[in-house]
Amino acid sequence: MTMGPTPQESALSIGPIAIAPVEAPPEVQDLVPAYETRGVWRLALDVFLEHRLAVFGVGVVVFMVLFCFIGPLIYHTNQVDSNLNDSFLAPGAGHVLGTDQDGFDVMGRLMVGGQTSIEVGIAAAFIATAFGVIWGAVAGFFGRFVDAVMMRLVDVFLAIPPLFLLLFLASAFQPITLMTLIIVVAIDAWLIPARLVRAETLTLRTRDYVQAVTMMGGSGARIVFRHIVPNAIGTIMVNATFQVADAIILVAALGFLGLGIPLPATNWGRMLSDGVTFIFDGYWWLIYPAGIAIVLTVVAFNFIGDGLRDALEVRLQKR
Amino acid sequence: MIGYILRRCIQAVFITFGVTLLVFLLLHLLPGGPARAILGPRATAVAIAQFNHDNGLDQPIWVQYGTYLGHITGLGSLFGGHGWSIDFGYSYKLNQSVGSLLAEDLPKTLVLVGLSYAIAIIIAVPLGIYQAVRRNKVDDYVLTGASFIFYSMPVFWLGIILIVLFSETLTHLPSEGPQGATVGDLFSQFSALILPVVTLALGTIALFSRYMRSSTLENMVQDYVRTARAKGASETRVLFLHVLRNALIPILTLIGLSISFIFSGALITEALFNFPGIGLLFWNAAIQQDYPVILGIIVVAALATVAGSLLADILYAVADPRVRYSR
Repeated sequence: MTMGPTPQESALSIGPIAIAPVEAPPEVQDLVPAYETRGVWRLALDVFLEHRLAVFGVGVVVFMVLFCFIGPLIYHTNQVDSNLNDSFLAPGAGHVLGTDQDGFDVMGRLMVGGQTSIEVGIAAAFIATAFGVIWGAVAGFFGRFVDAVMMRLVDVFLAIPPLFLLLFLASAFQPITLMTLIIVVAIDAWLIPARLVRAETLTLRTRDYVQAVTMMGGSGARIVFRHIVPNAIGTIMVNATFQVADAIILVAALGFLGLGIPLPATNWGRMLSDGVTFIFDGYWWLIYPAGIAIVLTVVAFNFIGDGLRDALEVRLQKR
Repeated sequence: MIGYILRRCIQAVFITFGVTLLVFLLLHLLPGGPARAILGPRATAVAIAQFNHDNGLDQPIWVQYGTYLGHITGLGSLFGGHGWSIDFGYSYKLNQSVGSLLAEDLPKTLVLVGLSYAIAIIIAVPLGIYQAVRRNKVDDYVLTGASFIFYSMPVFWLGIILIVLFSETLTHLPSEGPQGATVGDLFSQFSALILPVVTLALGTIALFSRYMRSSTLENMVQDYVRTARAKGASETRVLFLHVLRNALIPILTLIGLSISFIFSGALITEALFNFPGIGLLFWNAAIQQDYPVILGIIVVAALATVAGSLLADILYAVADPRVRYSR
């Protein structure tokens, strides 16, 4: 037996076979670009941009943010003092979308209310995701007793229907401010990311690279935050986007039920519940603008979430 | 199998107790406590001390929790020699026991939820199958789009649109839910029942039909379907005898798991239509900070949710021999 590779082996191994570089003719070289090494994020962006509804969603969200936060700088209205002489004015010159029962300009109110809805939606989704990720990763990584206790607590929270928990918390945190509203919605929302990340951690922690870090003496915190969480980032980001949509609905629902931030602050849900009182008086401008704003924003975030899922969750990708 | 069911039952009991403990703890972490909420910001310290003493709120928290647990499980009265009776406490605001409030309002919510579920299943199952058969054709796209719209619409907005359409513009259905103390009163005002039930059902139809469509699609490419076709079974027979049975299994689970979703929807629906169920009761209690009522309803709602997911697990194991857990 010689030590050299048999002909069969050398056909399979790559080493000793030299492939002569094939030079393409100059005219083809110009047409076919050399393989550029594109990063994961660049690839994800390309997939995302192909998702037309997701791009539409981004457009709507950008529009809504500009409308609510830049709008009041251009379209000046008084949103602090009520003016009963001007209540229920129909849309027209001076008041683009008319005025409500207290004489507030509806268009201006839509901007102010939208600020609360968007701020609380994004902040609550962020806090809920951050907390849920840590909770789920810790439970999944340590497993056994820690996991059992931590996840049973999640089960306990999940056993309470979300709106009941939300109303209970809102009634307990009276009077509601912007900060307490964010916390209340976040307490309602952290359970789903916690469960998702735990499941993800359970599969990730058996991977070779995590095992390798353990062998090298990496601490638990290092494994969780440097290795597991970054690898679950796709799932986390997709879920966070859906969380924003859900949080905006929850804030609107709370406002609708009269447990939002007290006057003169408002949000879209509260505008709706005020408008419902006058539903048979033909004041359509008290219902449709706020309702359409809620649905449009929520649908937009859901579209973005769908697009992100296509882009980031590689396992679901067809390509 | 029996061991599995038993284990899940014990887990369910623990979760329900967990809920009571959690809510109880949260309640007692409140700044000021219930006394401040009930007696108002101008109540004197003496009045608050008196209120706390009357309601046993000056006891240590574990004593309070033990007493409460004894009351809601009926063990307290059993060992006290008064026979077995469950006691959810007494409303701060409504001059009625929480138990009698629940007995009055819970059946009405169950009617609302039950009717919505029934309608949702009757419509969503055939709809999902139809969409699966006509997959990626125009009518499938239209129906998928419609279900997306209904699914992402908040319940309150959907209800408002229905009120505008059917009680103002097109027809004159009542915009308020049926009023009355008993379930019989609900059915005697049947036209008033329509809008709340439809509001709650539409979102549920959207949810169920989405699952039914994908579940049917998943099953239509299975080997057993090819076998049935190869043996000469007609397309209808394959669809309704072979595929339907398997496609319904995830829906069974979904029904059990969607109970907390439906209860949340029922709360909004009841608030919008002034429908006298536990959702409306809970809403009013939350606004008035009537904690015994809040606590009682949360326990009942959690019980329903836990029972729902337990039932889903058991039905799943019963309906599908492949997933009988041996763990």
